[in-house]
Amino acid sequence: MSAIDPGIPTPELPLSEARSFEGYVSAMPVDPQGPPLSTAGPIAWMRANLFNGLGNSVLTIVFGALALFMVWTLAKFALFDATWTGADREACLAKAGQTAGACWPMIKERLAYFVYGSYPIDQRWRVDVVFLLGVIGLVWVLWIDAPRRDLGAGYFFVGVPVVGYFLLCGLPLIGLPRVDTDLWGGILVTLVIASAFIVVALPLGILLALGRRSKLPVVAIVSTIFIEVARGVPLITVLFIAKVMLGYFVPERFDPTLMVKALIAVSLFSAAYMAEVVRGGLQAIPKGQSEGAASLGLGYWQSMRLIILPQALRITIPGIVNTFIGGFKDTTLVLVIGMFDFLKTIDIASADPKWATPVSAPTGYLFAALFYWICCFGMSRYSRAVEQRLSVAHKR
Amino acid sequence: MANVSAAAVAAPGRASFVYDPKVRGIFWQCVLVIVIGYLVYSAISNAQANLAAKGQVFSFDFLSAPGGFDINQHLIPFSSEAGSTYGRAFLVGLLNTILVAGIGIVLATFLGFTIGVARLSTNWIVAKVAQTYVEVVRNIPLLLQLIFWYNAVLKPLPNPRNALSFGAGFFLSNRGLTVPEPTFGPGSEDVFYALLFGLLVAFTFRHWAKGRQEKTGAQYPTGLVALAAIIGLPLIAYLVFGRPIQFDVPVQKGFNFAGGLQVFPEFVALLLGLVIYTAAFIAEIVRAGIQAVSRGQVEAANALGLRNKPTLDLVVIPQAMRVITPPLTSQFLNLTKNSSLAVAIGYPDLVQIFAGTALNQSAKAIEIMLMTMSVYLALSLITSFFMNLYNRRMALVER
Repeated sequence: MSAIDPGIPTPELPLSEARSFEGYVSAMPVDPQGPPLSTAGPIAWMRANLFNGLGNSVLTIVFGALALFMVWTLAKFALFDATWTGADREACLAKAGQTAGACWPMIKERLAYFVYGSYPIDQRWRVDVVFLLGVIGLVWVLWIDAPRRDLGAGYFFVGVPVVGYFLLCGLPLIGLPRVDTDLWGGILVTLVIASAFIVVALPLGILLALGRRSKLPVVAIVSTIFIEVARGVPLITVLFIAKVMLGYFVPERFDPTLMVKALIAVSLFSAAYMAEVVRGGLQAIPKGQSEGAASLGLGYWQSMRLIILPQALRITIPGIVNTFIGGFKDTTLVLVIGMFDFLKTIDIASADPKWATPVSAPTGYLFAALFYWICCFGMSRYSRAVEQRLSVAHKR
Repeated sequence: MANVSAAAVAAPGRASFVYDPKVRGIFWQCVLVIVIGYLVYSAISNAQANLAAKGQVFSFDFLSAPGGFDINQHLIPFSSEAGSTYGRAFLVGLLNTILVAGIGIVLATFLGFTIGVARLSTNWIVAKVAQTYVEVVRNIPLLLQLIFWYNAVLKPLPNPRNALSFGAGFFLSNRGLTVPEPTFGPGSEDVFYALLFGLLVAFTFRHWAKGRQEKTGAQYPTGLVALAAIIGLPLIAYLVFGRPIQFDVPVQKGFNFAGGLQVFPEFVALLLGLVIYTAAFIAEIVRAGIQAVSRGQVEAANALGLRNKPTLDLVVIPQAMRVITPPLTSQFLNLTKNSSLAVAIGYPDLVQIFAGTALNQSAKAIEIMLMTMSVYLALSLITSFFMNLYNRRMALVER
């Protein structure tokens, strides 16, 4: 101790003490110790994030209990108490002393109905082909690094709808019997209506957005009125109009089917929302771009097609996808005017006497919720990924 | 270069007027006017022909004709026996829409702000629960949620005899929610006046305190005074005038409830669905708004010596509100428009009663749809008008 102090002479240590001191010198380097448990590791993390203070501890316990309760309730219903096999409602009724869980055999048996509705069974391969074509197109268009995305867009916006129309409706000329749209149902109807959002509403929305920003007063006023009216009323009233009023405004010899009416209503309605999204993108493009295009001698349509829209649409992809998610959820509203979309088929199946039990409605809704959730959540993840990518490109 | 510029200089004079953008603009606008005019004309003439073929006339006279149907939830008296008219059915539906939208907006705002703030909590589990709520609720169609609440939660509830009781006269059964009903005896209007007076006092005091603070820097407990005025004054009036407002507490009796106010299950389901769905969107808006206030603002406020609460109240929230308000209003509008999904579960709102029952009874499709759409359009125009006023007041005032 005092040995460190140079001013004081070091007293001689007894021999025995010097020996024992030698024993303390380690020949091997000691492994560095981790920080104390109170500052790192799970306990410290919990202390910092869950139990820092009385209020937070109470919140943690309350919210933790709430979360556990919700997860437990859901898991109990969907997994532990669920019925997995069975032929009819008897299997799904509550056993003595137990609560009944989800009735999965009902979903399994009715799965084809949920996908195709009443589409003739021997013709269902046509629906599958259209689904496949659509998925290919979707991947081609949405995958930002895919080759020849311009071709992909043409394929997706023109090819798939035309081929799909003939495949689904039928073309007796080449041996495909006609299938009435009244027979369509389930996910098929949901996807057909959702595709109207993209195939009709997006191009129409772009035109409306250009119209609203046009320097020609009549065009601007007409587009603005259309957009504001469509955005000001609920989709249900638009669907009601299509169902009960459209018949008055067209000559009696055209009597569009309910499907066509719904498609017209949904496309016009969502075009207004798309228009506002695209307009946001157009406004974000600096004026210098269109001035630059004009100075190169490009006309209005040329500069829009080659300079402005490619940039504007690129930055609005997240907005377009978000609008589409909203539209995809809104396709459920067609059941109100008596169409057999996915949600309606679920409702019908769970009310069917063969399967009607107290748990069949919750089971059906759980299955439907899962379907919509996976679709919408997937799309929102995609839109977020694109957004992040674009922001990186922007920051460069 | 020389020959090019010579041609260019000469060009403007010689260009055919077919290439003049102005002439082209006028031409295309004329085409558009003609096309739209033709569409409108043919729609009207088709409508006339179709109406004539069905022996109908376009007129709003049916509004004063008796309806011949009943509506279970009516805020103003309505019954087929008394010969209530279509016009009255319109009012009943409109009031029901306003009722559910008004209550829904208030509740969704509370829930949405709570969840939005919870998403930013430093408490990990609170933030995760809030995030899960938002991600789950936002990605499931509202209609599915409404049908779920109605068909899978409220309908299978026990009958009134075995109703779930929450105490204090609140019961939940398959007849809906039963709550104590306030009865207004003589003198209750004085309590109401006291409430108005309390509001007036609170606002006046706030105004005075703000002016005072700007002049002298002295701060006054505005919140406490407002609370005392708004709750205390009516309470004093209530006691002074001999408790004019009583609560009629429901009791289970036989197969139903005696007394109390019956809130229909359709209303409960619609309100639950709308509030839970819209709150998820509001939560995201609130979170984005708070995150839009840059950290430097909070740090600067701390550097000035402001504590947490004044920092939040005076620095963060005013700036966040500027970002939050416009999308928040559009969520309020969405909630109002979404209340039309009532038609799927049978809540008698404007669309269900007027564009549904009344339309089927009277077959006046064009008139009824026009009126229904005008209501929603008017609501959204009024809202956007007030929104613009607010935005102008709140907009950043630059030097």
